[in-house]
Amino acid sequence: MQIFANPNLFFRITDQIMPFLWAATILAFVAALYFAFLNSPPDYQQGETVRIMYVHVPSATLALAAYVLMAVASAMALIFRHPLADAAAKAAAPLGAAFCFLALATGSIWGKPMWGTWWVWDARLTSMFVLMLLYLGYLAVWRAFDDPHRAAALARVVALVGVINIPIVKFSVDWWNTLHQPASILRRDGPAIHESILWPLGLMFLAFALFFVTLHLVGLKNEVRARKIRAEKLKTMGGR
Amino acid sequence: MRAFFAILKRDLTLGLRQGGGAGAALAFILSVLVLVPLALGPDQNLLRKLAPGIMWLSLLLAVLLTAERVFQQDYEDGTLDGLVGIHLPLELVCLAKALAHWLSVGLPLAIMAPLFGILININTGDIPLLILAMVLGSLALSLLASIGGAITAGLRRGGLLVALLILPLYVPVLVFGLSATLAESGPSGSGSSLIVLAAITLVSIVIQPWGAAAALRAYLR
Repeated sequence: MQIFANPNLFFRITDQIMPFLWAATILAFVAALYFAFLNSPPDYQQGETVRIMYVHVPSATLALAAYVLMAVASAMALIFRHPLADAAAKAAAPLGAAFCFLALATGSIWGKPMWGTWWVWDARLTSMFVLMLLYLGYLAVWRAFDDPHRAAALARVVALVGVINIPIVKFSVDWWNTLHQPASILRRDGPAIHESILWPLGLMFLAFALFFVTLHLVGLKNEVRARKIRAEKLKTMGGR
Repeated sequence: MRAFFAILKRDLTLGLRQGGGAGAALAFILSVLVLVPLALGPDQNLLRKLAPGIMWLSLLLAVLLTAERVFQQDYEDGTLDGLVGIHLPLELVCLAKALAHWLSVGLPLAIMAPLFGILININTGDIPLLILAMVLGSLALSLLASIGGAITAGLRRGGLLVALLILPLYVPVLVFGLSATLAESGPSGSGSSLIVLAAITLVSIVIQPWGAAAALRAYLR
């Protein structure tokens, strides 16, 4: 793992991967959007609003996954002192926050015609909202300190303490009787969704995941570049 | 162990004599209680229904507002640097300071505040249960607040950041504290909620020393 800490090697590898990642992301989105919006049946109860789900579910999953990634990277930074771990955690945060917002917004848009309200304070929605706040707090810590090393060390603590919320979000629909429906894909007795909807959803998952990985790498590269700029600046200041 | 109690004693003395501690926090809760009927209207039935929630909310905010006193002053006058050199691990130093915060702010508030619930027409039968739940919950509140205090110890205006970082962590304490207090849930319901509340407090005891010490080390390097 430590070998990727060399910025030159890191840039050489990522520069080679990036075009393929972008291409794969765009292809996956074209396919997923075609199936999700044009070539899949409307739900027999929900009608066309079911299509909101194709954006909502992958967003929510990624919002959780991004936080787990952030926490794992923070732990790596704490345990192995990997130089890129903090950058990886930092790059994941705004993406996670954006996906979290997307999940909340699309859920709200879906909720208005289906539940008859934009928002209810049930356990799933509340814990998801708390996740959004955790992301904002994490980002605020990065912004609050001038010294990036100090900010990184404090952000690790915030990310790791906040990780308690992740199982609460995930299992809130099982622990409490929520208005939000329980898990319907990863279940012991198989998915509770009809195949004609499951496949477009799967494609959408793939597209979103690729999109996330691509943007995360872009963020990571920017972070490394920012560090380089900072180091150069400090060097020229010292030379004077 | 002697060092642990010495820190505890020092912080307690400071907390009790310095002002801005439990007395000020209690006054803060009182002023919240004055504003509540003005904001929600003086309807007695409505107030009775909302009273436990309002009491919990004001306790949460009062503890939160005193969070920065746990570490900030010691960081600024250099006491913290001295506390690193002693043979007690920094984790236990943090735990001692959080306990002192609880004993000087959280515990007195938890015992006194519910009595003022009478001002907003609280069901007087609920008060003993509310005190019990608040004593349990306020320890978790103090511990979590001290993590926030450690993270923002070196920030001049860390107040808003503490609130943003710590209020999300207060959610479970509020949820289970309140469900333990609500009379509708019945005696059995409040019993299991109290157990969960105790569990949350125990988890906080485990997390706090590690989290606060890790945050302080970022300042002490």
